[in-house]
Formats: sequence, C-alpha cells, structure tokens
Amino acid sequence: MSTPQPVVIARDLTKRFGDFVAVDHVSFQVYEGEVVGYLGPNGSGKTTTIRMLLGLLLPSEGEARVLGYDVRTQAEAIRPRVGYMSQRFALYDELTVWENMTFYAGVYGVREGKRVEEVARALGLWRIRNLQARVLPTGWRQRLALATAVLHRPRLIFLDEPTSGVDPPTRRAFWDLIYQLVEQGITAFVTTHYMDEAEYCHRVGIMHQGRLLAMDAPSRLKEEALPGRVWDVWARPLLRALEALEAREDVLRAVLARDHIRILTRPEVHPRGLRRWMQGQGLQVARIQPGDPTLEDVFLALAGGGS
Amino acid sequence: MTDPTTPTETLLAEDLHKRFGPIHAVQGVRLRLQAGEIYALVGPDGAGKTTLMRLLCGVLQPDRGRVSIMGYDILREADRAREHVGYLSQRFSLYEELTVIENLRFFAEVRGLSRQEWFPRSMEVLEFVGLAPFLHRRAGHLSGGMKQKLGLATALVHRPRVLLLDEPTNGVDPITRQEFWQLLLRLSQEEAITVLVTTPYMDEAVRAHTVGFMRGGRILMQGAPEALKTRFPYAVLQIRGRPLREWREHLLAQDWVHGALRFGDRIHVWVAPQQVKPAKKRVVRLARDLGLYLEKVREIPPQLEDVFLAQLHMEEAGNPAQGEKT
Repeated sequence: MSTPQPVVIARDLTKRFGDFVAVDHVSFQVYEGEVVGYLGPNGSGKTTTIRMLLGLLLPSEGEARVLGYDVRTQAEAIRPRVGYMSQRFALYDELTVWENMTFYAGVYGVREGKRVEEVARALGLWRIRNLQARVLPTGWRQRLALATAVLHRPRLIFLDEPTSGVDPPTRRAFWDLIYQLVEQGITAFVTTHYMDEAEYCHRVGIMHQGRLLAMDAPSRLKEEALPGRVWDVWARPLLRALEALEAREDVLRAVLARDHIRILTRPEVHPRGLRRWMQGQGLQVARIQPGDPTLEDVFLALAGGGS
Repeated sequence: MTDPTTPTETLLAEDLHKRFGPIHAVQGVRLRLQAGEIYALVGPDGAGKTTLMRLLCGVLQPDRGRVSIMGYDILREADRAREHVGYLSQRFSLYEELTVIENLRFFAEVRGLSRQEWFPRSMEVLEFVGLAPFLHRRAGHLSGGMKQKLGLATALVHRPRVLLLDEPTNGVDPITRQEFWQLLLRLSQEEAITVLVTTPYMDEAVRAHTVGFMRGGRILMQGAPEALKTRFPYAVLQIRGRPLREWREHLLAQDWVHGALRFGDRIHVWVAPQQVKPAKKRVVRLARDLGLYLEKVREIPPQLEDVFLAQLHMEEAGNPAQGEKT
C-alpha cells in the first residue's frame, strides 16, 4: 500500500478582515481518501477556510496547496478539479433531477454523455430522474446536490453542512454514499456544527474563534483531548449539587444532563472522595459513574465553553 | 380509552390527524406529557413535526382527535388553554428595530399582562436567559445565540406551563446550544415546566427525558432513552481498524452479524446479546484470517441511532441503507 498523499496542505493559513481575524494561523493536512470534518460554531472561520482553499479568497498570511496547486497563484487550476456542495445548494426547483444534472454537467464542461447516467445510478437518483426538484424531500435534494458536485470527477469535494434537516436514517444513507465515493478515490472535507455529522468523519478538526484547536480521529479526541475525566453524577437536590460541584476547583465543568449532572474533573479526582465531600455538603448522592466522553465534551473543554 | 387526566399531566394529545389535500401530515399522534418532562421529537424536514406543533398550540385545527393543555381543550377552551402554552416557532419573528426590553413588552402585552406585571416579569425572564445586561440593545444587533434566548424569553413571559419549541437551536453553535439546553433543564427542574422540542439531530434529542421518532406523520416509537435502549434486540460491538470498508463487507457476510454501521473511524456491529464473547473472538479471528488491521474491539452500549435504525429496519423489513422512500 502506498503512502497516502496530502491533497490539502495548509500552513499558518490566516485571514483578516480589518481588525477581525477570521482564520488564525491554521495548519493541517488532508490525505487522499480521507473524510476530514471541520467542527465549529457559526463564525468560527469554517467557511472562510473553505473559501481560501477554493481560491475564492486570498489569504492574509500563510499558504495552502490544494491538489498540489497554490491557492494564491493557481486558483483556476483548483476549481475545475474540486467539487463544492454549499449549504444552500443551488438547485433549480422547476427542473427535474435529470435536467439539474445535465445543466451542471454543462457548467463543468462534462462531455461524456454517459457520465450523468452513471452518477444518477450510483447515487440512487436514476429512478426519480424525472421528478421535479421542488417535490423532493430534503434528503433527496441533498443527494442531488451531491450528484451535481461530483459530475466532473473531482478528486476532492468540499461539503458545507451537507445533511442539515434530515433524520438519522437519512443521514446514515447519505454518508454511506460519501463512503462509497471515498472508496472510488475521492477525498472529502466537511464542515459542520453538529456532533452527529462529525462522528462520521475519519478525522475531525475543532475550530473556535478562527483557531484550529485539535484535529484527530473522533475516538482519539474523546480518549486523549480531554484535560480530565468525565463523570455522571446523580444527586439531590439537583441544582444545589450543580452549584456545589461548579464551585470546586478540580471540577473543570459541570452541566445539567437530563436527570443528573455531568462533570469534567481533573484526573486525580476520585469518585469515592467526591461522594463523601458531597454528602458532607448535605447532598444525597445516589450514584457517580464514569461517563463515556462525547465529541461535545471535547468541544466544550477545548473551546472553553460550558455553563 | 380515556384515562382521567392526572394532576401532573400537562399536555395531552389523542389520536391527532391532519390532512392537507392528499398529504396526511399528522396521522394518529398520541402524546401524554408530565410536568417537568422534556420531550424531544426527532424527525426529518417534512415528517410533520411543525404541523403537530401547530395543532398542539391550537393554531391549526385537527381533522380528528383532540388536544388539551392543563386539562383545557385547546379548541373549546382556547383562551384558558393558551394561557398555559408558550410557542416558539422555527422562524420566530422578533422586532429587529425594537430593543430587547421593547420586544418583551410587546409580547407581554399581546399575552395580556398588565402594566404592573410586565416589567418585573420581563426582567425576571431576561435575567434567567442572561440578557439582562442587553436591555436596550436592538434585537437586530444581537448575535444568533442571543436572538434565540430572546425568543425563548418572549415565549416564557406569560409564565406558561407548557413550552413548545420548534427546532430552537437550528443553526446555532455547540456552545450556545449547550447553554440553551441548560436553560431548558432548569425550567424543567425549577419550575416543572413541560418542554416539547423538535429536532432532526440525535445529539440534541439525547438530552431530553423522553424521545419520540417521527416519520411520515407518525410517531414510530417513543420512550425514555434508557428504556428505548433496552428494547434494542442486539448488543453492539465497536470495531476500530482498517480498512473499514473491507471490515464492513466481511462482517456483513457473517451469519452472526445482524447489522454493521460505519462511522468515520469505526464500525458498530450488531450481534446477539448472548454472543458477545464469541463474537469478539470471531472478530479477532477474522482480522487474522483476512489480514485486516484490528486496533480494538469492545462492547459499547447501544446508541439511540442504533435503536432507531433497528426499529425502521424491522418496520420496513427492507434495506436500511436505502433511507427514505419517495
């Protein structure tokens, strides 16, 4: 097996708008055949990063290469080789699935007649090719948008929150398609602010206020990126327990979770000691058990959010 | 079957139906929510969530069935029932040119709060959602997360017992979403307010006491997350290794594997609960025989996604990977 090649290399990539630093010295690489997620709040610099990588926006500082081309000087070479599915994908409602696809095939200069049919079949759009885009449920519109983004056989696709508004089974079906494309050699770069979506990526970068705080496999982030341990605490009265825990210095974060409290503590905190201390505060403690860290725990810990 | 309304029951919906021409948007929905309960309704766009919300707050009239809030029929005793409902629609409109406090005053007056009442109550809810320092800022100048909180404040100003929120955190970031849920959990804890919230996201739904899955106008299953998980007929093994595609293919070919869902860096495999140990050994053997890289295999509790997919799988008795049908 050959070593995968980086298809995106960003080094200290920075974008300023006046005094505002939208993207702040971001460095990362994306390797061929990977699905890399970019998780962050609105305004954290996700779209600005994509726009720089697409060569639509000039970096203020730093550099990036996409498929080997310099985003500053070779943008025209990048755009025909990448696909882009934006959040508000531009589909023509009054055109059919087929007409939308042939329209985009024309835009991208795809000349092989068979290609539209091939993509329509591969993405499960063939049997609905004569339906107007307007009647399609969200999940199918997303598939169609994905289809229009891959007609010209890009080696790299950028997906901006590709599955907003669909439920878990439909999201699952969409992602199975992405995995299928990846197996055919496509690399995907996905932005999202939902943990559900981030879980589907091979590696996830966590963006906050323009900075890339971490980038690793979801499982590894959950195991290694937390500055302590997660515990679920069942105690009464709940809100008093929450206040008590918040006040402790070795409790890094305490939040309500359904019927209990979820805390992130320094590694040395021991549940037995914690229980005794809580009881000393006049709280009734039913249970303290280790929590399975989630990507949200990681995000909140790294981004310094919380209650 | 008409059980008497217990004192803690706040929202009751019986056999609700609503059609729009050929579309059966809501088909036989039943809900029974308690004081302090947070219920998350998960479903895709077009599942009927918004129509259901409108039926519940009495904006739409059902073709069949009934809704009562705090024991009052939403249609026949509309005024009394609506007193107890706060509704935040998906595209809630704030008056962008009005300040935070002016917006609250407007909604308070619409809700019939008197001059003496509206100001202290508005201050109370603004304090609660954390907007008290921004009293005189124009709504149009608030960040997305602050607008969301102002929306919540306007829905709370008349002290409702039941709060209906239609995709309230759509488009907000994880930190704001976390803060918003802390507010909902406090409302449930401190004031025993019932909250019904719709969302297409599982990471949102798991925060609720009760989760319902809606598709095609029907609630397919509902219950507490822990209870739903016990209904899941399999155990879940999490496999980390490479290449995942080959892993999945080979796993699906095994007769002891009942499902294999791929995530970014791992696969969730469904096996019979009494087969966990032998299945783990078989996974290790598969790795050896096929030359696949296995980093780790371990049993994990089922996720709500597993539960939901298995349920759909059984109902459609087809291929879950096909997703929604047109």
